[in-house]
Amino acid sequence: MTDTIALLQGFFGFSWPVVSNLAKIFAIIVPLLLGVAYLTYAERKIIGYMQVRIGPNRVGPKGWLQPIADGLKLFMKEIVIPAGASKGVFLLAPLLALGPALAAWAVVPFGPELMVANIDASLLYVMAITSMGVYGIVLAGWASNSKYSFLGGMRAAAQIVSYELAMGFALVGVLLAAQSLNLVEIVNGQQGGMFNWYWLPLFPLFIVYLIAGVAETNRAPFDVVEGESEIVGFHVEYSGFAFAIFFLAEYANMILVATMTSLLFLGGWNPPVDVAPFTWIPGFFWLFAKACFILFLFLWFRATFPRYRYDQIMRLGWKVFIPVTLVWLMVVATAMQTPYGYLFH
Amino acid sequence: MNKIKSFFSTFLLIELLKGMALTGRYMFARKITVQFPEERTPMSPRFRGLHAQRRYPNGEERCIACKLCEAACPALAITIESAQREDGTRRTTRYDIDLTKCIFCGYCEEACPVDAIVETRVFDYHGEKRGDLYYTKDMLLAVGDKHEAQIARDRAADAKYR
Repeated sequence: MTDTIALLQGFFGFSWPVVSNLAKIFAIIVPLLLGVAYLTYAERKIIGYMQVRIGPNRVGPKGWLQPIADGLKLFMKEIVIPAGASKGVFLLAPLLALGPALAAWAVVPFGPELMVANIDASLLYVMAITSMGVYGIVLAGWASNSKYSFLGGMRAAAQIVSYELAMGFALVGVLLAAQSLNLVEIVNGQQGGMFNWYWLPLFPLFIVYLIAGVAETNRAPFDVVEGESEIVGFHVEYSGFAFAIFFLAEYANMILVATMTSLLFLGGWNPPVDVAPFTWIPGFFWLFAKACFILFLFLWFRATFPRYRYDQIMRLGWKVFIPVTLVWLMVVATAMQTPYGYLFH
Repeated sequence: MNKIKSFFSTFLLIELLKGMALTGRYMFARKITVQFPEERTPMSPRFRGLHAQRRYPNGEERCIACKLCEAACPALAITIESAQREDGTRRTTRYDIDLTKCIFCGYCEEACPVDAIVETRVFDYHGEKRGDLYYTKDMLLAVGDKHEAQIARDRAADAKYR
């Protein structure tokens, strides 16, 4: 392995850092986009099963090619630009939504050594980058020059900004427990079996983070942003591939939130039991399995809960989640000063 | 007390977990989807699908151009023209049903004194141009010839209720 890398390094010379980083980026983006494609398939199958249907099963064996067919269809459709739209912003907005969803992956560790960039404040970086996703949504709503997409964009922005607060407070709890902003160190602080993971000492924050993550990605039951049956969202005027990019961004964000939840609260790549047969399995598999579990929960929520009304969303975010996280932060911070502080580390 | 109870059952997400348990159980329930082209649901002998013109066993067409179906048709989907044939019987020279107008009420079938125009169990047909759904006499007779066995069986099964 090191020989091959040295050989490639010699071959590319000065351009090696660019080439190696590009290769890393491709190694993340391609599986991520495939993951998005098959997440849509899994979503349709799982929700179908919960509704006593069987879901897509026509395109390819067991419907495995369905996401490919959906993508092709969207790719070949026309992108209609409304007459009054601000054309540049209209086309830029989907990219502004997708960009942060992909850029956040730069610091997400898949193993102790496996990441594009290991920076000191990687948790802060993820928070900062994902917050920028809201610009794509607001600009999409505004640039469409339609009152429905404008209202939808405002609604989405208000929702995302509100839940970002609760999410941020939940992460402060993780900071207190791990004493670090670095994702690798946060995961390393959770070594030694599932009872050392942070979900147990920070249980209220774990639940708040999970639910805020659902709201943040505009998934059911917080999907007033999309609300296909009664209200319309910020992307009503989008069609074809421009719409597909919003779709990609939403699902990439879902996978990101699921991975972050596994990293921050479910021990990342640490096996659930720290004994022989479990430690043989490579860490990446554990992270993948945990993220899949969280994603399954996302789909399960969607199959179960009716949509929240807009004022209920706001009430939950401001009057329930923020007080709960603040109280538990106090509990954790106070406990840290007592002899029982080890319970929260 | 009730207030406190309801506060805890919502705050601890108990109601939501109950809901998730329900959908989780249903995920393993037997699926009831009918895989359409391979599987079909049961169908009544009175099913009103695509129209057909029938013939007698000797090959003679049943229709005597009485135009009762044309008169009964509430959607004005049937157009008939008739003339005398060489053997002196009255026959249709034109018998068209515009299936884009037809509402599949079955009145034509009820009006027919000789069971010539019938509705079959065929419901999965299509046209790629609007004109494809304008069925002429030859097309209706062809449908009848193709499905005669089924048509006769359905009429026999329903005969005692008529």
